[in-house]
Amino acid sequence: MKKLTSTLLLTSILAVAANTASADTLSSVKSKGFVQCGVSTGLPGFSNADASGNWKGLDVDVCRAVAAAALGDAGKVKYTPLTAKERFTALQSGEIDMLSRNTTWTLTRDGSLGLNFAGVNYYDGQGFMVTKGLGVKSALELDGAAVCIQAGTTTELNLADYFRENGMKYKSVTYDTSDATIKGFEAGRCDMLSSDQSQLYALRIKLKNPGAAIVLPEVISKEPLGPVVRQGDDKWFNIVKWSLMAMVNAEELGVTSKNASSMKSTKNPSIGRLMGGQGEKLGLGDGWAYNIVSQVGNYGESFERNVGMSSPLKISRGLNALWSKGGLQYAPPIR
Amino acid sequence: MTTETQTYELGNHPDLEPPSNTTGIMGWLRKNLFSSYVNSVLSLFVFYLLYLYIPPLIQWLFIDAVWTGGSREVCEVEGAGACWAFIDSRFTQFMYGFYPKDLLWRPNSAGLLLIALMIPLFIKSFNYKWMLGGFILVIYPIIAYFLIHGGSFGLEVVETNKWGGLMLTLVLSGVGIVASLPIGVVLALGRRSEMPIVKSVSVVYIEFWRGVPLITVLFMSSVMLPLFFAEGTDFDKLLRAMIGIIMFQSAYMAEVVRGGLQAIPKGQYEAAQALGLSYWKSMGLIILPQALKLVIPGIVNTFIALFKDTTLVLIIGLFDLLAIIQQANSDSAWLGFDTEGYVFAASVFWVFCFSMSRYSIALEAKLHTGHKR
Amino acid sequence: MSDHDSDLKPSKPAIWNDPKYRALFFQIILVIGLGYFIVSIVDNTLSNMESRGISTGFAFLNEPSGFGILQSLIEFDESHTYGRTFFVGLLNTLLISGLGIFFATFLGFIMGVARLSNNWIVAKVATVYIEIFRNIPLLLQIFFWYFAVLASLPGVRQSMSLGAGIEFNNRGLYVPSPVPEDGFSIVFWLFVIGIIATVFLARWANKRQELTGQQFPVFFSSLGLIFGLPLVVFLMMGSPLSWDYPALKGFNFQGGVSIIPELLALLLALTIYTGTFIAETVRAGINAVSHGQTEAAMALGLTRGKTMRLIIIPQAMRVIIPPLTSQYLNLAKNSSLATAIGYPDIVAVFMGTTLNQTGQAVEITMMTMGVYLTISLTISMFMNWFNKRMALVER
Repeated sequence: MKKLTSTLLLTSILAVAANTASADTLSSVKSKGFVQCGVSTGLPGFSNADASGNWKGLDVDVCRAVAAAALGDAGKVKYTPLTAKERFTALQSGEIDMLSRNTTWTLTRDGSLGLNFAGVNYYDGQGFMVTKGLGVKSALELDGAAVCIQAGTTTELNLADYFRENGMKYKSVTYDTSDATIKGFEAGRCDMLSSDQSQLYALRIKLKNPGAAIVLPEVISKEPLGPVVRQGDDKWFNIVKWSLMAMVNAEELGVTSKNASSMKSTKNPSIGRLMGGQGEKLGLGDGWAYNIVSQVGNYGESFERNVGMSSPLKISRGLNALWSKGGLQYAPPIR
Repeated sequence: MTTETQTYELGNHPDLEPPSNTTGIMGWLRKNLFSSYVNSVLSLFVFYLLYLYIPPLIQWLFIDAVWTGGSREVCEVEGAGACWAFIDSRFTQFMYGFYPKDLLWRPNSAGLLLIALMIPLFIKSFNYKWMLGGFILVIYPIIAYFLIHGGSFGLEVVETNKWGGLMLTLVLSGVGIVASLPIGVVLALGRRSEMPIVKSVSVVYIEFWRGVPLITVLFMSSVMLPLFFAEGTDFDKLLRAMIGIIMFQSAYMAEVVRGGLQAIPKGQYEAAQALGLSYWKSMGLIILPQALKLVIPGIVNTFIALFKDTTLVLIIGLFDLLAIIQQANSDSAWLGFDTEGYVFAASVFWVFCFSMSRYSIALEAKLHTGHKR
Repeated sequence: MSDHDSDLKPSKPAIWNDPKYRALFFQIILVIGLGYFIVSIVDNTLSNMESRGISTGFAFLNEPSGFGILQSLIEFDESHTYGRTFFVGLLNTLLISGLGIFFATFLGFIMGVARLSNNWIVAKVATVYIEIFRNIPLLLQIFFWYFAVLASLPGVRQSMSLGAGIEFNNRGLYVPSPVPEDGFSIVFWLFVIGIIATVFLARWANKRQELTGQQFPVFFSSLGLIFGLPLVVFLMMGSPLSWDYPALKGFNFQGGVSIIPELLALLLALTIYTGTFIAETVRAGINAVSHGQTEAAMALGLTRGKTMRLIIIPQAMRVIIPPLTSQYLNLAKNSSLATAIGYPDIVAVFMGTTLNQTGQAVEITMMTMGVYLTISLTISMFMNWFNKRMALVER
């Protein structure tokens, strides 16, 4: 008798589990009524919770765009803060529907981790930050230095490659979270902090005296960052991919959150396709892209608001400008 | 004084004054601090250390401390001590996390209700302690859930990702202890069972969970659990952390309960059997009531351990008291007051744990009546 | 279900009421239920991994890791394999657990005895220490020692010299390391021989004392054997040992042995936290020895120290060891909190970075949990064996 009840309990749990099986991500998102989105544990400009627990940032905007496309409401997102170490396991296991956490697209992650990168929302490269007092002008002077880095990132691998290539030695002090990394750096545990350049700028404003640290000119790697989904659900993959593409296309076509409703009646056929129609090809409603642009804004707006000149980070568009303006952001046409 | 020879009756001496160096302050000092050379040196050394460290500490903690103020600047004056303004400005968040400010009455009333329910447990003449205890363990969690989470009775739902701070710490440890108690009892009975399979299953379960660190359990339950179930199964993140904690805790609870079962003399088991009671009746009516009474202090001690261990959820991204303080520490508006944050967290944890441990000691003394051998 | 079937029973109960059959029935149900549960979990996991394209198996262990690790007891660089990261992490875990157990036991015994001291102030200080640090979460203490204390340590350029070439700053503690020169091996072997000889000497002395009652100064003669003789030879050979002093070169101190601050903070927190529990265990153990024993020892004219060492502690040990074992187990498991401050233990290195680079969560988590289970079982077994030896001292 003692174990009987517990056995029954277990079987019933399993039965429940079996019932909900084989639901694709879009239908499960629709039935839940929200998108579960994996974000960072706190990186200003990309994904950061403010004092009242609201998430903001460039990566967060991708989650919101997907929610706007899939559910018609950009607010229907639940955020799961994840450390770099946990993020892939959380995505693989199905704990989150998508991961938008400044994650670098690499072959291994595509090939053997069972992930699909839906695009690139930020072109980045790894750099170094040092304190001004160190008097270092180039990363090549850093032989024998101690480096603060975040665990489970491509940073760890690039760093090893770079120092090896240049015949230099280093000591890596590896932390779980970016908060711990910047604290270690501030406490003087390391001579430099290495991460994607965008993160360096974001972390620098977490220093007590941001002016005391400088970012070195070297960029030692390519870091295309983008949203990620699980393999094996092409429908959901397409939705995430095209939500991002719609934001870039909207910027290219000059559609913003402010003029979106007036653009609805425009004669321009490209804008017309963006603002209506095409939805059923993705399994979405007609106004999916309109919802994205009107609720989240286009890529340029999101960039400016979160990391650009109107934010504390003050990052210039650089590689992330539209292709027509000398950058790399180039979205396939919506037609 | 004149010394006169006095005669006394045999066996009827009046008490002499004790030697002056064994009474009063001098006597006390001599006995407790300077009873030997070694002790004297030791005492002086300890006093010197205390003199060296305690006054500056008090100065920093209280006298020079800045108590209120809206920003970092108030603490960055020359000679300022601890910056309690930092704690002050974020106090609500430390207590409730991101719980909506206009709904704070809900967790507050849940807390008050619990305190109100607990009071009779400390009143000696109150006779329904078992019933009230049962109510607190079974019915109260349901009430508290509806109050804090909402979702019915017209209460707005507050998602678990808004829960945090001390409230989350209390919820996690409270649920952990309440849910692991029945599982622990079943496991303890299983471990003492004469059925070989039941026994070995229980032993393996208990030893497995006691052998692995909680952090790996939490990692598994927070990011890997959905992998074990059919696709599409979805649990709340907090619920997953709770499952991990309960699995882990029930193994410890089982060992505590087993200790109680072992302390019951064999005669009790035999007497119950002689009365023709079935296994469940003899356990439920004779053995467990006695055993559980014995292990209440042990349960309180496990609760203290669990209460401290809930801080580990910060590693899986839940914002308990420590996590939220850690996060506030890296807020650029209040940088550089880590120590204050840690001291505050430590004192909150300390107050809870210390009072519970005192309670446990008092209970132990009170309950140590029947089976002391 | 321990009904005693007796021959006097009037009639056999019906089969569904017979405890034997009931027991059998329940166990069958349990096995089926549990089997179903395990099979479905394994099945679910495999099919989930299959459908999500996650690679499985242990082939990743032979691939090059490509990242560096802060502290390694064996040679390690980026070109070594993921399999080696497992051992690096494991050794670091064992190192911190071993050191932690040593220091916590030391501190715990001192504080446990101190709390019972007849010196009022000493007893009070020990009590305050125990009551404060026992009731504060370990993770919080680790954070405090690391983040709050580290920030207040001097930087590399302003390093504190503690004398004898020892340097202390926010990059760690730097200690000179000995460099053996020609002939030092003789001294080393003499040292080893000294230890072995001491073991035999102690046995012989014990036997002699049992037979004749005569004591032999084992302590001093073993000091002479282990340290004195090698020292004399060492000096006679002209001190064939030089020291490698740490020196500031470039950004950091080079040379000597460096003890990283992560290790120091973790060790400090583990020692102080576990020390309180050990102190309580020791106190309970000493209190469990009846007071008559102390009085008898006093009556025999033993000093307080000797009473403690020869009479009380040996008897208290029997009470102390079982709870002490679980404290050791807790310490070993708690060392996994290293990951919060970046000490490269097995959870941080293997279940952290390696897991993230390879994505093979199931295999890696299984291996990590296996390590902790093995450590737990080993400590339990050792302490059980030790406990048995101590128990034999009893009549």
